[in-house]
Amino acid sequence: MSLTTDDVKRIAHLARIEVGEDEVQATLDKLSGIIGLIEEMQAVNTDGITPMSHSQDVVQRLREDVVTETDQRALFQSIAPAVENGLYLVPKVIE
Amino acid sequence: MINASLKQLAAKLASKEISSVELTQIFLDRIERLNPEINAYITLDAGKSLAQARLADQRIAAGGASPLTGIPIAQKDIFCAKGWRTTCGSNMLGNFVAPYDAHVIEQFDLAGAVNLGKTNMDEFAMGSSNETSFFGKVQNPWDRARVPGGSSGGSAAAVAARLAPAATGTDTGGSIRQPASLCGLSGLKPTYGVCSRYGMIAFASSLDQAGPMAKSAEDLALMMNVMAGFDHRDSTSLPRDKEDYTRDLELPLAGLKIGLPREYFAEGLSADVAKVVQDAIAQYRKLGAETVDISLPNTRLSIPVYYVLAPAEASSNLSRFDGVRYGHRAPEYDDLLDMYCKTRAQGFGAEVKRRIMVGTYVLSAGYYDAYYLKAQKIRRLIAQDFEAAFKQCDVIMGPAAPGTAFKTGEKSNDPVAMYLEDLYTIAVNLAGLPGMSIPAGFAQAANGKSLPVGLQIIGNYFSESRMLGIGHAYQQATDWHLQLPDSIE
Repeated sequence: MSLTTDDVKRIAHLARIEVGEDEVQATLDKLSGIIGLIEEMQAVNTDGITPMSHSQDVVQRLREDVVTETDQRALFQSIAPAVENGLYLVPKVIE
Repeated sequence: MINASLKQLAAKLASKEISSVELTQIFLDRIERLNPEINAYITLDAGKSLAQARLADQRIAAGGASPLTGIPIAQKDIFCAKGWRTTCGSNMLGNFVAPYDAHVIEQFDLAGAVNLGKTNMDEFAMGSSNETSFFGKVQNPWDRARVPGGSSGGSAAAVAARLAPAATGTDTGGSIRQPASLCGLSGLKPTYGVCSRYGMIAFASSLDQAGPMAKSAEDLALMMNVMAGFDHRDSTSLPRDKEDYTRDLELPLAGLKIGLPREYFAEGLSADVAKVVQDAIAQYRKLGAETVDISLPNTRLSIPVYYVLAPAEASSNLSRFDGVRYGHRAPEYDDLLDMYCKTRAQGFGAEVKRRIMVGTYVLSAGYYDAYYLKAQKIRRLIAQDFEAAFKQCDVIMGPAAPGTAFKTGEKSNDPVAMYLEDLYTIAVNLAGLPGMSIPAGFAQAANGKSLPVGLQIIGNYFSESRMLGIGHAYQQATDWHLQLPDSIE
């Protein structure tokens, strides 16, 4: 499967990474090399194989539904790019 | 003092031959002198380090010391440490001061160890040469024109140049073992789930594992006693009893069955590395071990499988870097979408962006089955290869990396060539097994420099203490691990 420059722009949009017009071709070349590498998988017969997501067969642990965290809002917001009255600020999204 | 083992340092501290403050100062002075060139550390804070050393001295005086109390340890800059700038090698986190401690950091604090500083690394642990760090390249102390390996390249260079007695690393596809091999160190990636990932900045969560990097297997065991342990805050941390990783150090090797996978000695392995590894295996035979030829037939496929799974998990993990709650935010933007796109374009380096985009692509609508699901199926085949192999042998040995340290810039423009560096390490992460690299000898570079070669030892699940004993026995019989780079006085 070969990628096109339109694919690169679509992927960049999905990934929320700005890729300038002057970078599209170079990005395409590099991504194509990697996609070519992973294409080797397609030759392998995997019929009937169960996908493996983790090495150990463990189940998700559950805990009591009780409050365990203390309020650290001021500490956490002290490293935020923009806050006001305890709220994180972002550009306006609702008119 | 700078060449002393952790055990020797603990004895010197206990006998008051030296204080933790003096010991820490010795390393801080060396760092001040040598780090401007080697660039093994990103962040230093002598005030914080020395304050911890003073507390350690009080604890030693009060008779409450544990084996690492007062010993300075370099921490890979992937571990959040409260009050320390924690960058993960990225401009995205260039101004990030961690508001909490990783579990690994907590464990070292409880042990009374001193945080000596945060070490350089490939950005978000994505690389095999430390060249993708936003904070600059790291020199290999054995030949300053060469890379230290990666992603834990700063930790490796720090210990090799004696800028730290020992260091932490993390290993997602070889990031402890390959730099340990290239810098002449011992490094251990434990079984997946043995060290908590809490507070360790995530790259590929199903593969990431913390581990120690040090001058000997014995030192690794002492580090493991601190680092390992169950932590409820990491959902994949394994609930296991505390282990003493030094318990098997003195076990004899007689009767040990070593599996030699033919795929690890095939095309792609450089001849000088092959010779050193074969000599090391001959040494093991001399020490009473037997060898048996085995096969790990899907070894080659571990690279494509990894370069689907790791980028897929990375694209998801790194979506948290949005310029809203912490880290870099673009200074100028039109709207929210533009803020995200510009923030991420500026904050991430080229390799990180590539991997996020590959991950985004393989997870995008219509491609999931062909890539992600397919890779997870082959991942099981790879794990089954090891399961079958461990019916024939106790441990597996081979090279840790296909070659010695390469020249800075040699592979940095060719991602696929760089990815092949991890040919012998990645499968271990995919299977979740423990893997270790120990110094096994040297190859001569064209310029006459001696470049270290690592022997990889792969064990079955939870066999770390036995593996450390196997490494220790070799280090009692050889002195490769005691050699020093000639540029290090």
